[in-house]
Amino acid sequence: MDVSPEYAVQMHDITKVFGSFTALDAVNLDVKKQTVHAILGENGAGKSTLMNILYGLYHADEGDIYLNGEKVSIGGPNDAISYGIGMVHQHFMLVENFTVTENIILGDEVCSAAGVLDMKKAREDVLRIVEEFGFEVDPDAKIEDITVGMQQRVEILKALYRGADILILDEPSAVLTPQEIEKLVEIMHDLVSKGKTIIIITHKLKEIMSSADECSIIRRGQYMGTVDVSQTSEAELASKMVGRNVNLTVEKTRAEPEGVMLEIKDLTVTDERGIEQVKGLNLEVRSGEIVGIAGIDGNGQKELVDAIMSLCKADAGTIKVGGQEIQNTSPRNVLDHSLVTIPSDRQKWGLVLPFSVAENSVLERHGEELFGPGIMLDYDKIRSHTSKLIKRYDIRPSGCEDERMSGLSGGNQQKAIIARQVSYVPDVLIAFQPTRGLDVGAIEFVHKTLIAQRDRGAAILLISFELDEVMDVSDTIAVIYHGQIVGSFEQGSVTEDELGLLMAGGGAA
Amino acid sequence: MLTNLLLLIGITLMYSTPLVFGALGGVISERSGVTNIGIEGMMVIGAIAGAATSYFTNNPWIAFLVAGLSGGLVALLHAVASVSFAADQTVSGVAINLLAPGIALFVCRRLFDGAAMTPIVAKLPKIFGESAFAGTAYAGLNLNITTVLALVATLAVWFVLYKTKWGLRVRAVGEHPAAADTLGINVYKTRYICVILSGVFAGFGGASMTIAIISQFTQTAISGHGFIALAAVIFGKWTPQGAYGACLLFGCTQALTILLGGGSFPVPSTILAMLPYAMTIIVLILFVGRSAAPKADGVPYIKGSR
Repeated sequence: MDVSPEYAVQMHDITKVFGSFTALDAVNLDVKKQTVHAILGENGAGKSTLMNILYGLYHADEGDIYLNGEKVSIGGPNDAISYGIGMVHQHFMLVENFTVTENIILGDEVCSAAGVLDMKKAREDVLRIVEEFGFEVDPDAKIEDITVGMQQRVEILKALYRGADILILDEPSAVLTPQEIEKLVEIMHDLVSKGKTIIIITHKLKEIMSSADECSIIRRGQYMGTVDVSQTSEAELASKMVGRNVNLTVEKTRAEPEGVMLEIKDLTVTDERGIEQVKGLNLEVRSGEIVGIAGIDGNGQKELVDAIMSLCKADAGTIKVGGQEIQNTSPRNVLDHSLVTIPSDRQKWGLVLPFSVAENSVLERHGEELFGPGIMLDYDKIRSHTSKLIKRYDIRPSGCEDERMSGLSGGNQQKAIIARQVSYVPDVLIAFQPTRGLDVGAIEFVHKTLIAQRDRGAAILLISFELDEVMDVSDTIAVIYHGQIVGSFEQGSVTEDELGLLMAGGGAA
Repeated sequence: MLTNLLLLIGITLMYSTPLVFGALGGVISERSGVTNIGIEGMMVIGAIAGAATSYFTNNPWIAFLVAGLSGGLVALLHAVASVSFAADQTVSGVAINLLAPGIALFVCRRLFDGAAMTPIVAKLPKIFGESAFAGTAYAGLNLNITTVLALVATLAVWFVLYKTKWGLRVRAVGEHPAAADTLGINVYKTRYICVILSGVFAGFGGASMTIAIISQFTQTAISGHGFIALAAVIFGKWTPQGAYGACLLFGCTQALTILLGGGSFPVPSTILAMLPYAMTIIVLILFVGRSAAPKADGVPYIKGSR
């Protein structure tokens, strides 16, 4: 495409190589002024790398960047900022114990004399842009006290404060409630109408359909083309992104639940800071059903799962598996009651990354006679067990038994955990954020596996911050808010808006 | 009674001075995200450098500056290891603490004909002159000039940390280096400066022992003061003013040790000598869990990781 001042950003033939891995191979991006342009791709496809190059965090090995038709060279974030590029990272770059104002001015401070901060003027400056763009943000609030949606607005303000005309948003909706996403889309359109250009990086199709004008697709470092969003469909985008047809709807039959397998009564859990996170929670999961818990991060989900796993103390209440109380025992005892968990952070809790795939796949079962007599480990048996899992769950690269777990991609690491946990043939399966950071293809696999386990007769508790996931996969949808279940619905009997309101605490009535 | 009280205040201020300098060093370094348990070693280096320079130049002011520079030089080692090479900061600090007394003794023996301590050297002045109030109850209030400098330094560090853009940046680097980096703040440079400054302050601390309180270097001149200073950093919640207060508390226990050890109190002086250290342990047990360290304290920053 020709270089023209009609385009806010043009990146042509960008190539970036990390060691022997080509992250980007002659990728093109042409973003028209005053539009919302989406960059779609699976995890690891190279979309963040491309944006990090635009923001100056990486340097392209080949290729040119043009802003408003002029060739530029971006040596670092400082250059990018001076060219009017602002970036909102997926993991917010905010100092938690600073105020909103302090975070916004950091690095570009307002000073009265020789380095002495003029916080009064800084606050006025911040208030002025807050009002100009109609954001509802308190400049004196500390970051740790405001909601995630608000934190995101602070990130956008940071860019606007620096005079950004081009805003890059990296996975902006990953942590937001449906209402907050709507608000964000509104903000994006408003910014565009005020002359800004927005680039969003995402793998969420729905978000692209609702917010973007154009969409460029990257698959494994290759540029797959740019489409006009109004002329396309979710299914078309998905197949372009993955390179095959993907089933976006979760297919399953009606649940045929039996007796109650997991029963939680009046559970109260206090976190390490002494704050009550789970407050008298009641929940039942029957064999052969999936109960999904929808809720925003930080409403007691982590403490609930930790208490079920006996990783933390339950201050009050009971947790029963198959009628037997298991609270305040040990993780071993919980496992012995045939309750297993797919943890939320696979690298922190689920796997030992420097261990081999084979060692990882017997992590919790290494004591069984099956894998060696007495205190010994029989590596041949472990390996052949792992081979079966690798084949059955299509963990790639095939034949990776002896490779380090850290060498596998996120999706394959997750497959390895799920394969291991399912190989238990558990009565209860807790899946906490099982598709976190996975792409469409891997998500499809995880959902199919959960449903297959349900059909086998397992009781499944799915806890996710992705409302779509809870709504698509669960037979029963429960909403958690401030450590309590504030609503419970059969699948199909509740709308996204109703759930969103409950998740935000609006369901007291 | 009044005499004893004034004496207590005077000795408290006197003995808290080296601690205050050490603790300020700790605050600066840790607020930028680098744990510096090498403060003790840097104080030892400052102690010998100060005493030796004072001996040879007969100018305690030059000696005081040289002590700070020497401490800063040692801190540079810590900065290279922990900032540039992302080495374990505890290991690097321990290495400095092991190395410093050796270097100090080596230098001392080379310069002073094999003696393990320096001769008596010129001291920094007292605020009202050497012999003001001598013999009166107010003698204890004729403070060392270093005591005043320590208070001024505390105020200066507080001002820079909380009222200037550099302070805002240092605190941001200690809490969330990646955020600072994306805003164009040089994390490595900031940490280098802070670690070196922490060594300079530790060096001042060492010198304020050997050329203000006592007037020579001995092997026991600095014995755990750096660690007590670090305890004061924690007790003071990583703020200069809090650390200053904590140092006064520790200085006070030291003063009690001296006053009560004077004879009339029926406790062996060896037991009394344990007071400051016992106090440190008690304070750490009671407060360490509850205070809020900078989030990125002790975590090397590697560009590109979050």
